[in-house]
Amino acid sequence: MSIENGDAVSAQTETEPTESKRTGEALLTVEGLTKHFPIRKGLLQRQVGAVQAVDGLNFDVQKGETLSLVGESGCGKTTTGRLLTRLLEPTAGKIVFDGKDISHLSVGKMRPLRRDIQMIFQDPYSSLNPRHTVGTIVGAPFKLQNVKTEHGTKRAVQDLLALVGLSPEHYNRYPHEFSGGQRQRIGIARTLALRPKLIVADEPVSALDVSIQAQVVNLLEDLQNEFDLTYVMIAHDLSVVRHVSDRVAVMYLGKIMEIADRTALYERPMHPYTVALLSAVPIPDTSRRGNRERIRLQGDVPSPVNPPSGCRFRTRCWKAQEICKVEEPPLAELAPGHRAACHFPENTDKLTIDPTGAAHS
Amino acid sequence: MSEFSEDSLDGGAVIRPEPSKNPDAFLQVRGLRVHFPTDDGVVKSVDDLSFSVARGKTLGIVGESGSGKSVTSLSVMGLHKAGTAKITGEILLDGQNLVGMDAEKVRALRGKRMAMIFQDPLSAMHPFYTVGNQIIEAYRVHNKVTKAVARKHAIDMLDKVGIPNPKGRVDDYPHQFSGGMRQRAMIAMALSCDPELLIADEPTTALDVTVQAQILDLIRDLQQEFNSAVIIITHDLGVVAELADDIMVMYAGRAVEYSTAEDIFNSPQHPYTWGLLGSMPRLDRDRTERLLPIPGTPPSLINVPDGCPFNPRCAYANLNGDLSMTVRPEFRDIGGDHHIACHLSAEDRVRIWDTEIRPKL
Ligand SMILES: Nc1ncnc2c1ncn2[C@@H]1O[C@H](COP(=O)(O)OP(=O)(O)OP(=O)(O)O)[C@@H](O)[C@H]1O
Ligand SMILES: Nc1ncnc2c1ncn2[C@@H]1O[C@H](COP(=O)(O)OP(=O)(O)O)[C@@H](O)[C@H]1O
Ligand code: SF4
Ligand code: SF4
Ligand SMILES: [Mg+2]
Ligand SMILES: [Mg+2]
Repeated sequence: MSIENGDAVSAQTETEPTESKRTGEALLTVEGLTKHFPIRKGLLQRQVGAVQAVDGLNFDVQKGETLSLVGESGCGKTTTGRLLTRLLEPTAGKIVFDGKDISHLSVGKMRPLRRDIQMIFQDPYSSLNPRHTVGTIVGAPFKLQNVKTEHGTKRAVQDLLALVGLSPEHYNRYPHEFSGGQRQRIGIARTLALRPKLIVADEPVSALDVSIQAQVVNLLEDLQNEFDLTYVMIAHDLSVVRHVSDRVAVMYLGKIMEIADRTALYERPMHPYTVALLSAVPIPDTSRRGNRERIRLQGDVPSPVNPPSGCRFRTRCWKAQEICKVEEPPLAELAPGHRAACHFPENTDKLTIDPTGAAHS
Repeated sequence: MSEFSEDSLDGGAVIRPEPSKNPDAFLQVRGLRVHFPTDDGVVKSVDDLSFSVARGKTLGIVGESGSGKSVTSLSVMGLHKAGTAKITGEILLDGQNLVGMDAEKVRALRGKRMAMIFQDPLSAMHPFYTVGNQIIEAYRVHNKVTKAVARKHAIDMLDKVGIPNPKGRVDDYPHQFSGGMRQRAMIAMALSCDPELLIADEPTTALDVTVQAQILDLIRDLQQEFNSAVIIITHDLGVVAELADDIMVMYAGRAVEYSTAEDIFNSPQHPYTWGLLGSMPRLDRDRTERLLPIPGTPPSLINVPDGCPFNPRCAYANLNGDLSMTVRPEFRDIGGDHHIACHLSAEDRVRIWDTEIRPKL
């Protein structure tokens, strides 16, 4: 199958290379990252199973780039984000940030690193304390970290508010007085207070209307350029993801199915799941109606308590064969910087590496 | 016509042209106003709205949250809580005016003559009754059949909407279904009596793209089978492009643009529609460097700005002296049944679209 069938992507090649932000210097490296939530039952709370929310992730994020995690609801994106920021303790695997292994640091040892790693939360309505003023909320990181600023905290907070497009007069107001987009700006101002190196943003624009979503996307871009920020973005809107990312990792049932540069992933998706996701995106073009060939996935995502054997995607994959049931395909590099976990990848005619050799090696 | 027409902000014209050449359309809404008196003032959720939908046709209603889409659909369905909403104007269902009609009579029309799919399936399904029983009850209200026949019909409907093993799942409770399955079950319920008018209010907003694609296929297929009139409400321009024959764009409780889907995407004429298109990243085009957001936020519906409600956010508000700030633009036909509410001259619109907007999309 060729990309024309996947169809959700423009056939033209982009001129600027998306690799440009790859500095070669990893800020974050993740190896075998795993989180299983135990399921307990009965009086004795005996463990009867586990939700395999995240199961053996490997990737790195380079300084100054944006890596996005995409996938259907429940595939483990938020859990991954919470592991990276160490709001959750990993069950197994390793997280190295700026050369330092932070996988199992205690709360106390993590505290100084909280300056460098920040998280923006999905829901701008529940992530701000309604009883605190904007000034208190945005100024909290200074207080928590005991940071003295040159002209005092108030001035620093007002500078931050201006930076994210709010007015310094908003200092004494409460969150309920703001719209969703403005609340997300307050949240962003708070994460920027201590000039972090890495920001993990969990669906930062999903709850916002399209016109406001575009405002916040542009703001995040400007801030990245100004402060040389590194982003891990969690999102499910594939159009937004293409706009904001340098690289994209596609997750399914706790595993990475495919990871590649933005252009490669959208123009030459190799994993059948990625192809299916892209072909499902509705396109705002009436002339394409009816003549898009699509792949319709049947059924729902299986439970992460009992994921399918072999390839986790096989119960919904139209290409599945016997081998997919018995042998888990490795996340293999099928083209430079382009990895996919599939026994029968798509778009391999455009490859320089022999996929059959690579996928089964 | 309405007790509110005196204090409305328009230029005086009360009877507006109805944006459809088809006077026999199955649903005709004329001069609809829905106002909620509250402690803070009157919320003008819908303020003079007219549209129509013929059998076999699909109307897409697009707008940001709070623009009055749900209030409109609940008015048609007669589902506003008694006494809360002041509804004036006309809602003609096959010639019968529903405004002011006895609640019992409207109830009798629901199910068979008109049905609705809600954004949140849990709100439409009763948690204590099995999915099957809810479909059976809905079916038997309008069809004098035995329970056994109705049960067979329920299983057929579940099968039609793609519930795997419908015989086994018909006796499940809603909470035993996944989100996507619940949405499909609710659609099965809404379609069980082959409604002549189907209103789908953000039927896929909470769903993953893969499930969304399944649901949109379903609505399309069932419409073809029953030749129903369909209204699909969404904030996703991609979704309407897939389904709608005509599109109405709403802003602050009013229609600002109304035309065929082709016109809305290929030659939109209203600055707000331009703003929506510029805000949205598109997978079917080359990636743009920057999104073009609409500045500011939607107005409060208690204090709608004088003149054109979009004027505080519109880049072209000053092209006609102070007209945009003082006079409410009339919703008028600019040719070919394409309606807009904007003071811009035809020359200005063509020039701005050709030179400023289209090249950047
Ligand atoms: N504290 C917990 N205990 C048990 N299971 C959990 C817990 N947190 C998450 N899970 C499960 O882990 C899986 C992954 O959840 P996660 O929130 O990471 O998904 P997600 O990809 O962020 O989904 P969404 O797109 O809906 O936000 C799901 O099956 C979820 O139900
Ligand atoms: N029962 C009510 N009382 C007062 N205001 C209401 C009520 N229901 C809706 N509104 C207001 O009407 C406006 C339009 O709401 P709605 O139709 O739900 O918007 P949407 O376009 O997002 O569906 C909003 O400002 C909303 O707050
Ligand atoms: S390994 Fe098999 S089941 Fe899995 S995605 Fe590839 S073809 Fe499909
Ligand atoms: S009437 Fe004026 S303010 Fe309103 S959309 Fe047209 S140009 Fe903009
Ligand atoms: Mg999540
Ligand atoms: Mg709504």
